[in-house]
Amino acid sequence: MCYFSLIAVLWVVGLAVNGDFFVCEKGFLDDQFTQLQQLQDDSNPNFVVEVVSLFFEDSERLLNELTKALDQQTVDFKKVDAHVHQLKGSSSSIGAQRVQKVCIDFRSYCEEKNVEGCKKCLQQVKNEYSLGKSKLETLFKLEQQLLDAGGSIPMQ
Amino acid sequence: MNASFSSSSSSKGMMDHGDQPHVLAVDDNLIDRKIVEKLLKNSACKVTTAENGLRALEYLGLGDDQNNTSNVSGLKVNLIITDYCMPGMTGYELLKKIKESSVMKEVPVVIMSSENIPTRINKCLEEGAKMFMLKPIKQSDVKELRCQLMKYGS
Repeated sequence: MCYFSLIAVLWVVGLAVNGDFFVCEKGFLDDQFTQLQQLQDDSNPNFVVEVVSLFFEDSERLLNELTKALDQQTVDFKKVDAHVHQLKGSSSSIGAQRVQKVCIDFRSYCEEKNVEGCKKCLQQVKNEYSLGKSKLETLFKLEQQLLDAGGSIPMQ
Repeated sequence: MNASFSSSSSSKGMMDHGDQPHVLAVDDNLIDRKIVEKLLKNSACKVTTAENGLRALEYLGLGDDQNNTSNVSGLKVNLIITDYCMPGMTGYELLKKIKESSVMKEVPVVIMSSENIPTRINKCLEEGAKMFMLKPIKQSDVKELRCQLMKYGS
């Protein structure tokens, strides 16, 4: 039991020391995420997890709204665009650059009132979002294991 | 941080409140509100957030019921930082209302936007915005803001 934790700790330390190898692989998160990590301090030691959790909740709400809006007989592109604008904003603020990139294309399709294009983008956003979310959740779990094992997270 | 305070000056800028200016941050995006709040707190500011222009005006005592302000703490606001794109009232419209008010017009207003549109930026600066900041906002942007505004009123 103890041996296993030690291995986990060493592995996570390796990842953490390696800097952004893990989550930034294939460019999921950009420098903005690092900015958030640097904002975290003793007065708010859970800042990053809190912001990212808010992002998950808000994004899932927006993705549901988008699905509903694009399913309508007559699509309200103004509404769709407003939702995508929100999603683009929050993903940019936490550094989720792949989600943000798809949102840019998504907004172009909205402007063109292209339903098929929009639906395609929605699917892409959902994919990128799921991928990013599972990576972040894994990162947080590993960080927690490291903290539980008595280690500390080296901040960049 | 050692700021020098001149009590003889009548500046209503960031200077006459000790080390902790009180900032009103306005943004309809929940995540952005949380981040801006932390950025400002990390720069030794007291922060109040509002989710839209109307709430911001109410807080400042410029709402429909002008005798009533929801600023319960009574803390004077030294800086207003607002997002541009908000439903209902844009940051630009909020800026205009603040500049039209005899009580609030001296308070510096900073506009944030995720979109780098020169006509938009110029419009805001012409209407009296102190600064325009491009999102996503970084710690270095807030530090720069602090520096710029410490000069104001001196």
